[in-house]
Amino acid sequence: MQTFDLSANGLRALNSSLHALKGQTNMTEWEIINPKGAHAIAAGVDAPVDITVRGSTGYYCAGMNKQATIRVKGSAGPGVAENMMSGTVIIDGDASQYAGATGRGGLLVIKGNASSRCGISMKGIDIVVHGSIGHMSCFMAQSGNLVVLGDAGEALGDSLYEARLFVRGSVKSLGADCIEKEMRPEHIALLADLLKRGEADGKASPHEFKRYGSARKLYTFNVDNAAAY
Amino acid sequence: MTEFLHTPPKQSWTFSNDVNAEIRRAAATGIYDIRGGGSKRRLPHFDDLLFLGASISRYPLEGYREKCATDVWLGTRFAKKPIHLDIPVTIAGMSFGALSGPAKEALGRGATAAGTSTTTGDGGMTEEERGHSKTLVYQYLPSRYGMNPDDLRRADAIEVVVGQGAKPGGGGMLLGQKISDRVAMMRNLPKGIDQRSACRHPDWTGPDDLEIKLLEIREITDWEKPIYVKIGGARPYYDTALAVKAGADVVVLDGMQGGTAATQDVFIENVGMPILACIPLAVKALQDLGMHRKVQLIVSGGIRTGADVAKAMALGADAVAIGTAALVALGDNDPALESEYRKLGTTAGAYDDWHEGRDPAGITTQDPELSKRLDPILGGRRLKNYLKVLTLEAQTIARACGKNNLHNLEPEDLCALTVESAAMAGVPLAGTSWIPGR
Repeated sequence: MQTFDLSANGLRALNSSLHALKGQTNMTEWEIINPKGAHAIAAGVDAPVDITVRGSTGYYCAGMNKQATIRVKGSAGPGVAENMMSGTVIIDGDASQYAGATGRGGLLVIKGNASSRCGISMKGIDIVVHGSIGHMSCFMAQSGNLVVLGDAGEALGDSLYEARLFVRGSVKSLGADCIEKEMRPEHIALLADLLKRGEADGKASPHEFKRYGSARKLYTFNVDNAAAY
Repeated sequence: MTEFLHTPPKQSWTFSNDVNAEIRRAAATGIYDIRGGGSKRRLPHFDDLLFLGASISRYPLEGYREKCATDVWLGTRFAKKPIHLDIPVTIAGMSFGALSGPAKEALGRGATAAGTSTTTGDGGMTEEERGHSKTLVYQYLPSRYGMNPDDLRRADAIEVVVGQGAKPGGGGMLLGQKISDRVAMMRNLPKGIDQRSACRHPDWTGPDDLEIKLLEIREITDWEKPIYVKIGGARPYYDTALAVKAGADVVVLDGMQGGTAATQDVFIENVGMPILACIPLAVKALQDLGMHRKVQLIVSGGIRTGADVAKAMALGADAVAIGTAALVALGDNDPALESEYRKLGTTAGAYDDWHEGRDPAGITTQDPELSKRLDPILGGRRLKNYLKVLTLEAQTIARACGKNNLHNLEPEDLCALTVESAAMAGVPLAGTSWIPGR
C-alpha cells in the first residue's frame, strides 16, 4: 500500500507519480490522505491500480480515468470521472454537478445523490446512483447506461441520443425527445448486472425500474419540431 | 422625349434583390438559411489600414539582404514544452467531418512544410493529420467528440474552444449527409443523423470553473502542453482578461469573418465583431494585466494576405490563424470547377453550402468519390506555397517599416483610411493625428 499525503506533497507530485505507473508496476494499491477538497485528484491515471481517497474531493477527481479503480471515501465535487475511458470510480458520498460527463466507458458508482447534469453528454459510460439525481441529467447523452435508485429531477434525458436511462423513483419531467420505453427481458438482465456491479443489488430489484430513451424525433433537423429545440 | 415622362425604376436599398430573394426563400421553405464560411458583408477590415513605411524619420531595411525574423514561441507562460513555429501563420481548427480526410492530411502536410502548426476540430484527432502534422493543436470542444487522454497527450498543444468568430455563443450541427461510418464512429453516434455540437461545455460554467478545467488538463498532460483558449469576437477585452485569469498560455481570438462548417446565415452576419475591432481590445486587456507577449495572442477571421498578417501583428498579435484562405489554397471555390458549381445552383467564389457534403473540390465532404479529387500531396504543396507567400509579403512590409522582426511592427506604423477603422484599430486617420474616441 502506497500512502500519499496530498496536503503535504501536493497535487503535481501525486498525479505525476500515478501517471508514471503506466501499468508496469507492483505498486497497485494507493491511499491518498488529506485530500481536503483538492481538484483533479488522480486525473489522467492509466494503470490497473486501486486508489482510495480518504476524504472529499474537489472538481474533476478521476478525470479521464483509464483502467484504475478509484474509491472516494467522502463526497466528490463537480465533474467527477469526467470523460472516463475505463475502470471504476466509486463515490461513497454525494457527487456534485456533471458527474460522469462525456464518459466513454467504465463504471461510475455514486452511493449518495448526484446533482444536476449527471451523465451529461455521456458516450458509453455506465453510471449507478444509489440516491437521486438533479435536473437536466443525461442532456444529449449519446450512449451508455444510467441507473438511478431514487428520483430524477426536471428535464431528464433532454435531446437524448442512444443512452439508456433506468429510474426507480419519480421523474419530475422528461426533456425534449425523451420518452418512457418498454422494459424488455434484455433490459432486466442488463439492469441486474448494473445493480450488481454498482454495489446496489441488495437495494433494489430490476423490476422496480422504468426505462427511458430517445423518441428519435429530433435526430434529423425538422422545422416542424422547432418548438422542441 | 417620352422617356422623361415616367420615373425610372428604382430598387430599394432596404428591400434589395438579395433581401427579397431571402424573404421568398424563407416563405417557401419555412427554415432559416444554413451555410458555411464567415461573414460576407462589407466590414471594416485590414483593407482600411495602410502602413506608413520608412522615409527620413524612419530607417528601412534592405529587402533582399537584411534579415526579418518570422519565428514565434507560443505557450511560454506555463508549459514545459512551448511551441516554436518558423512563421506566425497557423492553420485554424477545422474538423474531420466538416472536412475530408485528404483535406486534413493536406493541411498537415502544408503546415509542416511551411514550419507551422495545424489544428484539429470538432470530431477528434485523425491519423492523417497527426501523422502529417509536425505540430498539431488538439481542440477541446463542448461536444468532446473523440476526446480521449491519449490524443490529448499526443498533441503538441491543446486549444479549449469557448467560442468562434462566426457564431460566438452558438453551437453547431453536422448534418446527416456528412455522417459517414468513420465520422459516426469517432463521434459515438449513429450514422446518418444530424450531430449537434453544444454551445457550452458540459462540465464547467464561467471563468472560475474554466481555471479549474485548465488545471485538470495540465495535470493530465503533466504540464507539458501549452493550453490555448479560443474565444469568438464578442467582448474581447473581458474575455481575454478572463482567459488570462483562468490560466491560458495563449489566447486565440476569432473575428466574425472567421468561417464555420455550418450555421445560420443570420447568426454569421449579425453576431460578433470584425477582427479589426477585436484586436486592440484584446491587446489592451493583455497590456493592462502586464501579460502582453507573455500570454501570446493569435488572431483569425479574414486573414488573406501578408499585409493582413503584418497589420494584425502591428496591432499587437503574436501570430494569426487562417482557415478559409487555407481551403481556397487547397482548391475551394476554384473557377476551374465552375460548371459543377453551376449544377449546385451557385458559382465559383460563392459556394458556401459546405454542410451538404457535395463540394466539387472534394474538401468539405465525406463522399468518398468527391474526396478523391483532392490530392493531399499536391494540396499540401499548394498550402505551403501560399504560407510562404504570406510570410514573404509580411516581411516585405516589415522591412519597409524598418523592422527586423515581424513582432516589432507596431500601431505607430499604421494609419487608417476611414473614421470607423481609425476608431476600431486605434490608429490615426490618414493625414491626421486624430484617433476617434481619444
